Amino acid sequence: MTLIQKARLKSLWVMHFDCGGCNGCDIEVLAALTPKFDVERFGIVNIGDPKQADVMVLTGPVNHRNKRVLRNLYDQVPDPKMVIAVGTCACTGGIFHNCPNILGGVDKVVPVDVYVPGCAARPEQIIDGVVLALKKLAGEAPEEDE
Amino acid sequence: MDYTATLISAMLALVTPLIGGLLMGVDRKLTARMQERVGPPLVQPFYDVLKLWGKVPMIASGLQPVLAFGYLGFAFVAAGLVTFRQDLLLVLFVTGMADICLTVAAFNAKSPYSYLGGRRELLAMLSYEPVMLLAYIAIFLVTGSFTIRGIYEYGAPLLLVLPAALVALEIVLVIEMKKSPFDVSGSGHAHQELVRGVFTEFSGYTMALVELGHWTKLATALMILSLFWAPSPVIGGAISLAMFFVALMVDNLYPRLTWQRMLRTTWTVGFALILLNVAALAVGGVIR
Repeated sequence: MTLIQKARLKSLWVMHFDCGGCNGCDIEVLAALTPKFDVERFGIVNIGDPKQADVMVLTGPVNHRNKRVLRNLYDQVPDPKMVIAVGTCACTGGIFHNCPNILGGVDKVVPVDVYVPGCAARPEQIIDGVVLALKKLAGEAPEEDE
Repeated sequence: MDYTATLISAMLALVTPLIGGLLMGVDRKLTARMQERVGPPLVQPFYDVLKLWGKVPMIASGLQPVLAFGYLGFAFVAAGLVTFRQDLLLVLFVTGMADICLTVAAFNAKSPYSYLGGRRELLAMLSYEPVMLLAYIAIFLVTGSFTIRGIYEYGAPLLLVLPAALVALEIVLVIEMKKSPFDVSGSGHAHQELVRGVFTEFSGYTMALVELGHWTKLATALMILSLFWAPSPVIGGAISLAMFFVALMVDNLYPRLTWQRMLRTTWTVGFALILLNVAALAVGGVIR
């Protein structure tokens, strides 16, 4: 493992985008940054700029109005990048799945690496999801539990 | 200057970015502790820069990489000028050139966020550079020389004659480090300001270069502050580290202010502190 690959696993900048959910998952994402969970001790920082992000954390179901925005943001994140869908809505569309204006989960628009289900997903689960994304980034096969 | 002294100065100039990087790590750790968090490891800024270096380049405009190299280059030349004990005015102008590189790179990309960030960076320069210039003129009035060598030859510690100027330079340090309440042009940690303000359009290795330039500028600014106890580098270093700590305290205690408040603070409080200091010295007969 080269030095840059090693650094990649220790410095994950997260961009968080809400595709139009109820904000429940967004609050849980931000709760992971509070002193109780403090993800910054693993080098994980919440960042607003897609050009400097490594991981996209997406919440909420995709609709026809924001699919273009989501695709644009995804294209602006330079490789290597990871996409984590947080919450049931982002994974499958959730309770909105059969609404006429909803496409479904975020994987209808961008390729998703890690799914974190839950309504709302708990901060512990979100951190687990990020750890899974880190393993995928390191090239390890994910464990077969759950 | 003899051979050994030249060698020490050159070595010191070369490690300036690394010292700045460690200071950034200390900054993140101390900030985390002030917020009752554990905080990232001390070498976290180095991880960040290595990771940024390994990202696939996404260049916003053709000139951007040149200007990012220019930012780091000018910051590094300024650090060299300080370690080789050259002219303080030249250090000010070369650091100014580094900032100009950053703002031009921000203006160069077609992004409203980066454009606004660039304008605010120019306003930040407008706020702190006159105060720095006045502080250097006050040093000239005391020591009779603009060079750092002149400060060393003056003998007595500058802090004893120019204490108010050091307070004014503390305000300058807060603006230079892009810390609250004056982080209008772009801020660090997980803070956001106009996306990332002046840094918005940088990504991958250009952002890594800008980070390295920022470390170099921070270390250079602290080296200049340590001149206030020039006869002893240890006490001088302690003074500059104490000022660094105060800047972090201020960052965690105060919310962000508007650029108007920033300009007003430096142009009133900063100017007044230095001018009163010089006036007191003139009355006391230290300077004629």
